[in-house]
Amino acid sequence: MEKFVHLDHVDVKFSTKKGVYHALSDINLSIDQGQFFTLIGHSGCGKSTLLNIIAGLQDATEGAALCEGREIKGPGPERAVVFQNHSLLPWLTCYDNIYLGVERVFGAKEGKAKLKQRTLAALDLVGLSHAEQKRPNEISGGMKQRVGIARALAMEPKILLMDEPFGALDALTRAHLQDELMKIVAATNSTVVMVTHDVDEAVLLSDRIVMLTNGPAATIGEILTVDLAKPRDRLALANDPHYHHIRSRVLEFLYQRQMRPVAA
Amino acid sequence: MSAVYETVQAQPEVETVVPPAQPVPVKMTMTKPKFELQEKLADGLRWIIPPMLGILAFIALWALVAQETENLPGPLKTWESAKLLFSDPFYNKGPNDQGIGWNILYSLYRVGIGFGLAALVGIPLGFMIGRFKFLAAMTAPIISLLRPVSPLAWLPIGLLVLHKAEPASIWVIYISSIWPMILNTAVGVRQVPQDYLNVARVLNLSEWKVFTRILFPAVLPHVLTGVRLAIGIAWLVIVAAEMLTGGVGIGFWVWDEWNNLNVEHIIIAIFVVGIIGLLLEQGLIWIAKRFSYE
Repeated sequence: MEKFVHLDHVDVKFSTKKGVYHALSDINLSIDQGQFFTLIGHSGCGKSTLLNIIAGLQDATEGAALCEGREIKGPGPERAVVFQNHSLLPWLTCYDNIYLGVERVFGAKEGKAKLKQRTLAALDLVGLSHAEQKRPNEISGGMKQRVGIARALAMEPKILLMDEPFGALDALTRAHLQDELMKIVAATNSTVVMVTHDVDEAVLLSDRIVMLTNGPAATIGEILTVDLAKPRDRLALANDPHYHHIRSRVLEFLYQRQMRPVAA
Repeated sequence: MSAVYETVQAQPEVETVVPPAQPVPVKMTMTKPKFELQEKLADGLRWIIPPMLGILAFIALWALVAQETENLPGPLKTWESAKLLFSDPFYNKGPNDQGIGWNILYSLYRVGIGFGLAALVGIPLGFMIGRFKFLAAMTAPIISLLRPVSPLAWLPIGLLVLHKAEPASIWVIYISSIWPMILNTAVGVRQVPQDYLNVARVLNLSEWKVFTRILFPAVLPHVLTGVRLAIGIAWLVIVAAEMLTGGVGIGFWVWDEWNNLNVEHIIIAIFVVGIIGLLLEQGLIWIAKRFSYE
């Protein structure tokens, strides 16, 4: 497996009114193709900042961020992002929201019929063919997030970046979407980096869990390999001692070694 | 709670409990439509009574003041005069004596031209000011300085540069209605959620797509707010401008009737100006609602 995304001694500093804020310090991370990475840590530790660096929405102050051996300069459709608050355009239908990305990526070399087919396939993948002509404010939060995922997947990205995609959903919808995401990722063999603060979600979905220390100057505390067999089933895992072992390793890191910051 | 408990209790007992339960829903469905109609009627009354009362109180107060004041005509006298006036709104007896309809149309025409030109310049300028910080900083002092200037203060400049009364009054409309359109559009562009712009960046959309698919729809409600404020100002200003410049128009008509000491007509003009202003505003609110995506 080749190193797909490579972060080498990445530092991020923000200049604020109160002076320079050192957000991330000395981040070294390699992501292989076809792997599911989650970034976990207490709020304010810079998980989203790290994701934004890979996305190209944020520049590293120091160090190198590489994708396929080339420096990441700005965002691009090969690194699709699923935003926390779905970020669908409210004046476009679900179909048009997805089509916007499809048209950009494939419009130059494919005909209209093929673009339409791609868009419909993406809607079908997330089980929303019936909501094709609905606008985002006419569908539920879970459905919006699924459209967001479909928009990202329809561009056939090389890596899927998800920033707490299920954070704003209720527990049942979240579990349902996690199951769907597992199926989609297995079917498309996607490379995924996902930010989360949900330990169960991290263990259920990941191949590797990247645990971040508390900020300021947060860094990677530990990378945990989740070697549970796939496909995973949440009910079966509930009685799996190895699952609980991994889960408690993450909890231990978050609540013993990195005590919750007082402010949070 | 107790009702649920009772039915649960009743179930294992004899069936006699069920029949008395049946008439109740039947009775409910029978009363329901009647109830709805009454509800609607009551709602309508509640909606219509306060404004009607307000209008009646206003007319009563007017009648009272008119009775005590010499030369101020009361509601009845004004109404009679209005009936006469609107029986022939489009007569034309030379440039200084035309029907009320012509006066209104001329005023609307001036507002339309001045306001239209202001929209044509103001909205694109607002977009650019919102998008480019440099331009915003460049124009900020000029806009802050000129915006609070009373619209009529621009009239002498207009007369001086344009030589004629007609374009000068259009110029006044233009300059006084351009500011809300520039400022609201610029604020709208600046307030486009960063999320949408991030989507544009991740999708790597072209500048044209960013404008048509993200910027323009996101800013449109703000633009329409600016347009609504601007048309309100334009309609306010036209009356005053026409009083000074003359010609056919509702403002000049008011002044002319003042010289004729026809106070009824002045009061009618006040109502006409108010009603047309209201219609313009409501029309734009209607348009804004149609284009809102919330």
